[in-house]
Amino acid sequence: MLKRCLFVAVAVLASSVALAQEGGIALEDAGTNIKNLDSLQRGARNFMNYCSGCHSLKYVRYNRLAADLKIPEAELGNLMFTTDKSSEGVNSAMPKDAEGWFGKQPPDLSLMCRARGVDYCYSFLRGFYVDTARPWGVNNLYLPSAAMPDVLASLQGLQKAVYKNEKDERGNDHVVLAGVALMSPGIMKPEEFDQFVRDLANFLDYAAEPVKAKRESLGIFVTLFLLVFFVFARMLKKEYWKDVH
Amino acid sequence: MAVAPESAGSKSGGLTGWIDQRFPMTKLWKEHVAEYYAPKNFNFWYYFGSLALLILVNQLITGIFLTMSYKPSSAEAFSSIEYIMRDVDWGWLIRYLHSTGASAFFIVVYLHMFRALLYGSHRKPRELVWIFGCLILLLLMAEAFMGYVLPWGNMSYWGAQVIVSLFGSIPIVGQSLVEWIRGDYYIADATLNRFFALHVAALPLALIFLVIAHVMALHEVGSNNPDGIEIKKHKDAQGRPLDGIPFQPYYTVKDLVGVAGFLLLFCGVIFFAPAFGGLFLESPNFEPANPLQTPPHIAPVWYFTPFYAMLRAVPSFAGTQVWGVLVMGASIVVLFFVPWLDRSPVKSIRYRGPIYKIMLMIFVLSFLTLGLCGLKPPAGIYPTLAKVCTVLYFAFFLLMPWYTKFDSVKPVPERVTQHA
Repeated sequence: MLKRCLFVAVAVLASSVALAQEGGIALEDAGTNIKNLDSLQRGARNFMNYCSGCHSLKYVRYNRLAADLKIPEAELGNLMFTTDKSSEGVNSAMPKDAEGWFGKQPPDLSLMCRARGVDYCYSFLRGFYVDTARPWGVNNLYLPSAAMPDVLASLQGLQKAVYKNEKDERGNDHVVLAGVALMSPGIMKPEEFDQFVRDLANFLDYAAEPVKAKRESLGIFVTLFLLVFFVFARMLKKEYWKDVH
Repeated sequence: MAVAPESAGSKSGGLTGWIDQRFPMTKLWKEHVAEYYAPKNFNFWYYFGSLALLILVNQLITGIFLTMSYKPSSAEAFSSIEYIMRDVDWGWLIRYLHSTGASAFFIVVYLHMFRALLYGSHRKPRELVWIFGCLILLLLMAEAFMGYVLPWGNMSYWGAQVIVSLFGSIPIVGQSLVEWIRGDYYIADATLNRFFALHVAALPLALIFLVIAHVMALHEVGSNNPDGIEIKKHKDAQGRPLDGIPFQPYYTVKDLVGVAGFLLLFCGVIFFAPAFGGLFLESPNFEPANPLQTPPHIAPVWYFTPFYAMLRAVPSFAGTQVWGVLVMGASIVVLFFVPWLDRSPVKSIRYRGPIYKIMLMIFVLSFLTLGLCGLKPPAGIYPTLAKVCTVLYFAFFLLMPWYTKFDSVKPVPERVTQHA
């Protein structure tokens, strides 16, 4: 009976983890790999070129970035737009009164991937669609009434919203947002753009927890050690307990 | 030349003898470890006491190191956590050990308490062991709550806001009490500072004293066992329990196996899923505290959710919400009375009848379901489910004097039995 109790406990916990992910339009799978150094380097380049004008990564220092992503000292300068000290964090060029321009200060992105998840970052950047009712002419599938303009539109092209009909419990029809579709192409092919955003999301995932890749590879050794320790501890226990009847 | 009189207890010379004449070192070691006779039939459920102690030590040590780099001010707290995660050598590991340790502490303590309900470890003569344990749980909850506020993320902030506001529902003194706790008119720098003081000094100190009292009371009466019988009834010529074995080396080596097994799971979480899907570290807490923006859904950390669900399950009545707070408080207070609520002539579930087994099963399921309800927004099936499970939770305790009395029992053996 005890075993049964334990199984139930594990099952309830597991289902509550699964249920914690529900709600809203389903996010796209980012398909990123934090150990892919090429992708991270491209993501860092993409971030500095397209994002860092408005968004800071204040907890990420340039020299740590260079060391982790294996970016040579000589090339690091190409990524540093707001400072020449590599020990400084990645600050944006945004002045304090940017709230007056956008309605809100562009947020620091250091921890965005931990607060919202890497899939969210990936989906959000691919989720802009034309909406003339918004100040910047665009809205976002995953963050309704987003204050951010579609800065990647020249690469991706413009998307339009796709709607569908849905019946509520009283049988009334409602038009709801279902997704987006490409309206006019940009300078990148869709799969090129997806890779561009994937690299960017991967880099933001790195920025949110720079130690993640190291943590996971270290974890394998820790687990192996503990397995050996477990086996020896069991043998020791058996040896001592031989005379207990 | 004067000769120092030999004290009666000391037999060994050297440094040990020198110390033993001045401090009961060998005596304490013998009483609590080397010659503490524990029943030889401990099973899986008996690992969690020593594991709780291990986690306490982990929390104390990692906590001290975190304190060295953490800044308890509303302006710097959030950034100082990121400083620990990124710039302090091995800071990320220390912080994950501490944050995962908090959740592990509750898992282990809940299982440890469940063990007591299984084998009647709270029954006479172990009532004080149980009461000290309940006090430890209560302090642990306060400790965990205040610790959760320290990272000063948005969930820290709003969690503190919700929980501290609960005191506001107390008639007459409520609002002044809330201001007194916060030290301000809202959750602010003053609140963070005092929570830090309580979290790193007052509560750990009290916890350590209670843990010592818990272990001393246990060693005074001796450990219970899965058969729920007293091993002190049958002793050999030297006065050692026939079914007892010395804690050292038998249970030190056995607990080492438990420690290894526990560390495998614990380190698995730390190295591969430290946020544990948002259960151990909640996602909104990676955004700094923002008094102007609530997280989309405020839920306490998983280990408080069963109690939070009970709080929400009780509707307001006579224009006040205080009833939910009272029910939540009662859900902990009722634990203290379990040794006297249980009227069964036997202690262990092995020799109890079907009613207790069913009631315990219902209790465990309702506790887990309440935990799930507390994690969810109060919509759909969850409010009803929480109400039903709150009733079941209290039914387990409040009906205990009757169902344990009328339940059938099996004959209890004289000596402990060994199960594979």
